[in-house]
Amino acid sequence: MSESRGLLKSHIVKKYWMAFTGLFLILFLTGHLAGNLQLFMSGYAGQLQFNEYAVFMTTNPAVKLLSYVTYLSIIFHAIDGMMISIANKKARPISYAYSRPEKNSIWSSRNMGVLGTIILVYIVVHMQNFWYVYKFGSTPFMMNEAGNAPLLQDGTAVAGGLIENGSVFLNGENVGVAMKDLHTIVVDGFTNPILVGFYVLAMIALGFHLVHGFSSAFQSLGLNHPKYNPIIRKVGYAYAIVVPAIFALIPVYMFFM
Amino acid sequence: MKLDSKIPEGPLKDKWTNYKNNIRLVNPANKRNIDVIVVGTGLAGGSAAATLAELGYNVKAFCYQDSPRRAHSIAAQGGINAAKNYQGDGDSTYRLFYDTIKGGDYRSREANVYRLAEVSANIIDQCVAQGVPFARDYGGLLDNRSFGGVLVSRTFYAKGQTGQQLLLGAYSAMNRQIAKGKIEMFNRHEMLDVVIVDGKARGIIARNLVTGEIERHSAHAVVIGSGGYGNVFFLSTNAMGSNVTASWKIHKRGALFANPCYTQIHPTCVPVHGTQQSKLTLMSESLRNDGRIWVPKKIEDAKAIREGKLRARDIKEEDRDYYLERRYPSFGNLVPRDVASRAAKERCDAGYGVVNNDTNEGVFLDFASAIQRYGKQEALLKGIHNPSKEEVESLGKKVVESKYGNLFDMYKQITAENPYETPMKIYPAVHYTMGGVWVDYNLMTTVPGLYAIGEANFSDHGANRLGASALMQGLADGYFVLPYTIGDYLADDIRTGKISTDLPEFKEAEDSVKSMIDTFINNKGKHSVDYFHKKLGLIMWNKVGMSRTASGLKEAIEEIKVLREQFWKEVKVPGTADEMNPELEKATRVADFLELGELFARDALEREESCGGHFREEHRTEDGEAKRDDENFAYVAAWEYTGQPSEAILHKEELKFENVELKTRSYK
Amino acid sequence: MAAEKGMNITLKVWRQKNGQSKGALETYQINDVSPDSSFLEMMDALNDQIIMKDGSPVVFDHDCREGICGSCSMYINGQPHGPARLVTTCQLHMREFKDGETIYVEPFRAKAFPVIKDLVVDRSALDRIQHAGGYISVNTSGNTQDANAIPIEKEKADKAFDAATCIGCGACVAACKNASASLFMSAKISQYALLPQGQVEAKNRVLAMVKQAEEEGFGPCSNTGACEIECPKGISLENIARMNREYLSASLTSK
Repeated sequence: MSESRGLLKSHIVKKYWMAFTGLFLILFLTGHLAGNLQLFMSGYAGQLQFNEYAVFMTTNPAVKLLSYVTYLSIIFHAIDGMMISIANKKARPISYAYSRPEKNSIWSSRNMGVLGTIILVYIVVHMQNFWYVYKFGSTPFMMNEAGNAPLLQDGTAVAGGLIENGSVFLNGENVGVAMKDLHTIVVDGFTNPILVGFYVLAMIALGFHLVHGFSSAFQSLGLNHPKYNPIIRKVGYAYAIVVPAIFALIPVYMFFM
Repeated sequence: MKLDSKIPEGPLKDKWTNYKNNIRLVNPANKRNIDVIVVGTGLAGGSAAATLAELGYNVKAFCYQDSPRRAHSIAAQGGINAAKNYQGDGDSTYRLFYDTIKGGDYRSREANVYRLAEVSANIIDQCVAQGVPFARDYGGLLDNRSFGGVLVSRTFYAKGQTGQQLLLGAYSAMNRQIAKGKIEMFNRHEMLDVVIVDGKARGIIARNLVTGEIERHSAHAVVIGSGGYGNVFFLSTNAMGSNVTASWKIHKRGALFANPCYTQIHPTCVPVHGTQQSKLTLMSESLRNDGRIWVPKKIEDAKAIREGKLRARDIKEEDRDYYLERRYPSFGNLVPRDVASRAAKERCDAGYGVVNNDTNEGVFLDFASAIQRYGKQEALLKGIHNPSKEEVESLGKKVVESKYGNLFDMYKQITAENPYETPMKIYPAVHYTMGGVWVDYNLMTTVPGLYAIGEANFSDHGANRLGASALMQGLADGYFVLPYTIGDYLADDIRTGKISTDLPEFKEAEDSVKSMIDTFINNKGKHSVDYFHKKLGLIMWNKVGMSRTASGLKEAIEEIKVLREQFWKEVKVPGTADEMNPELEKATRVADFLELGELFARDALEREESCGGHFREEHRTEDGEAKRDDENFAYVAAWEYTGQPSEAILHKEELKFENVELKTRSYK
Repeated sequence: MAAEKGMNITLKVWRQKNGQSKGALETYQINDVSPDSSFLEMMDALNDQIIMKDGSPVVFDHDCREGICGSCSMYINGQPHGPARLVTTCQLHMREFKDGETIYVEPFRAKAFPVIKDLVVDRSALDRIQHAGGYISVNTSGNTQDANAIPIEKEKADKAFDAATCIGCGACVAACKNASASLFMSAKISQYALLPQGQVEAKNRVLAMVKQAEEEGFGPCSNTGACEIECPKGISLENIARMNREYLSASLTSK
């Protein structure tokens, strides 16, 4: 294995990739959260804004590119993580009869694989719930506030327009792609208490994953300095608590609204 | 047998250079056809193995530990001497030579010691090049400290872990050769005999300590670097596995054993605490740079401290007896080890000891004034002009911590007392043995092709070794002396070819080892090996320890003889020969200690004088100091084995002093 | 250090005849142990007891008993070198335990540390990592430049020293959930990386040592920090980060 000079030639290189993709996903999370904050806006304005945001996110070429990088990162992070977990297990075939690991390390740091698996399952569910439905499922479409004219992706209302195959037709002529109403899917989705519960659980797992993952990524990349370590650790803790907490708040908020 | 030390002619300072210039060499192509066995991988063995391999010889190195890096040189704390004169305080090769001769109480060879002083500076260069992280000052240059028995600062150090760092340096040099296949490493192997063919050392018999297999290994020369024999006392600062077996086996095969009675009792060790104790722990001599040694002036205070009614801090300054400063004003707490040890014993025997054990053995080593001194100095450096008492203490403690932190931690761990707050309690313990296998200027024993280096030989320290000189000698022998001198011998062997292990001599040696092991395994006795080892240790400590008398030594000889007979009849070794069996390992070692112990006592009895680590109560001055007899005893006592320690024959190598004047050693 | 009442201890000790056989925990009772004795002295007493009953004594590695040679190992009560911080098993004293306590004693466990017998494991994998590059290629002639020719910044020299204090006991491997030897390796790599003498071969050294460690079967580093906590010499995680940096730059620039 270590003979190969490939992308994953050693444990350390695998850890670099974990760190790179992990840090990128942390950036992604930040952006994603910023977008999701719009779900806290109420009324038609909020609905419209969120759906316009969804259009932007799915059509802007730069965002598109970024999203592919994100998917790749997630897949790479997961596969790399699995390979590392397997190597971890192989290094100690016979375990201790009596061990007190809590004396020398925090729980999350020893359970990144488990936490990561929960998060991966969550991502699949989450993608199915919204991304898949939005892209390929039967979604409602966004109308103007009065509810009598469909909206195009750029937000213009087409009075008298009819929607067919995702496009707006006026007098039989295709005037453009219709704006999908992701907002309603989200609102509807979060009426299911089991789903809300699952989302909250997944965010707790994400929090624990980040508690270790954030500072660990810096260490893997060799970024360790006594002067900055405390800052990295504190920022990591804060991030691991605040970001997943706000994420988790969204389904809860929507459930109760 | 006539002893020939082979000291080259010429003026002292040119001897080694001239000798090297005229010595026979082996050409590089021929070195590839020559095998050398090195037993022991401490500073001497490790550096020798690395250097011989570097020169091109095929080296087979043996150690009983699981890695060469664990040899007991690693435990040396304080430092290594070298005549670099970096401090510009008047040091020179000659001064290091002179200090070592004087420190050894004029019982070592001038030529050997001068060579040691000469190569000392190379050692530091070599080690720094290898990446040994010696302590440095703020200018980035190497720092020095001072050690006992000298008036200059010439000791290089790496906190309290100098031995570790030097050994890791030698180990790294070995690693380089192991990687190249030039050293074949045999970890967890113990040499149990030497094989002599046609009068020359041609191999060893070793036991694989994992499988129990008895192996034959051949070579053109055999080098013993297996350390000293302090464990004959059972309790010592040596590692649990340190043993005399390699040295003793070669002694029994013809190598003379020199000055066994010269033992160094180190003054600063953690006192004995109880009967379950397995070993003693040294607190580096470097502590005497800053620590002041004292006991109470009033005997009732000492008693109260032992009973726990008073603490050290309760004793007023004027009621303390800083006995080293009192008796030896010019060297004070930095007198040589033998002097400091005897002074502690004298106070404790007189009833002033401060430790509550069977013998009240213990004195204080106090850092309070050093903490004050450093604290004030630091405050000034930091621009604090009127520091509070607390500030001074805390600053001072930091300085002390940076110098001796690991030693203080170790002390705290062992005793559960905090040496920053209360003085350490210390007492002398067996530490180093100056005696050992007799070697000539080439470091060759009386058996051709058989060499002894480092603590295993007797050559450089006379009757007492100065602090920080053991590391120096080990590395000098291994890096810079033996690799030259061995060539002179091996030059004859370039056409010998591989030595066969099928020779009858190998079989004979292997059979004798096997029969010894079988005896142990089949001897269903009633006492464990330790039972005998502890008994031997007590005899040695009480009668052949810090001060010796003719009657005590005679008793010891008889008692050891009886104990040895009892051992062979009653020792119990569980398990089998063909498995990992530490009890069997101990038995083979203790068997040799039981013979050495007797010779040790005999040597002490014969030496009717006091010198260095050997103190005979019959031979002292009016004020209790050691009294040497240069007229009758300025010789090396080299013992030849003839079947029993009691029948060993004494050979004398007269010591000639042409460059120093023999004086009464005074540190007053 | 007055003689206190002795302690009564129950021991659950891993016994295993050799590398091929299966091992198991065995229970022993040992009474009247002095709290001032070291853990190994307690084990000595246990062995005395076993020998007197014609049993087979527990085999364990030990040598200097001063915490410096790195021979002693043992996983005591779920931690390498037992519960006390910054000490090896030989410097662990019985006063750290309670009278009547049950103490579990196991060998260090890792694929790269096969058990030889009872509590003794084969740590030669650590030596082989060193053979791969744990040295500076200077010959041993002593004909080098003067030791003071290159001044070395005190802070760097001190850090190199701190890394160099590693005793190679393997506690980091034993503590790590992945049996990773990263702390051990990184200590050696750091010592040389911090010194000018070590620069020449720095790239090859880190690549070769890391490669060897993987071939020996040591696991990856998960940055749990367990090794740093359990290291008897307090070797810092900073060294692992330095190794990661060194490895990154060596990987990117080596041929």
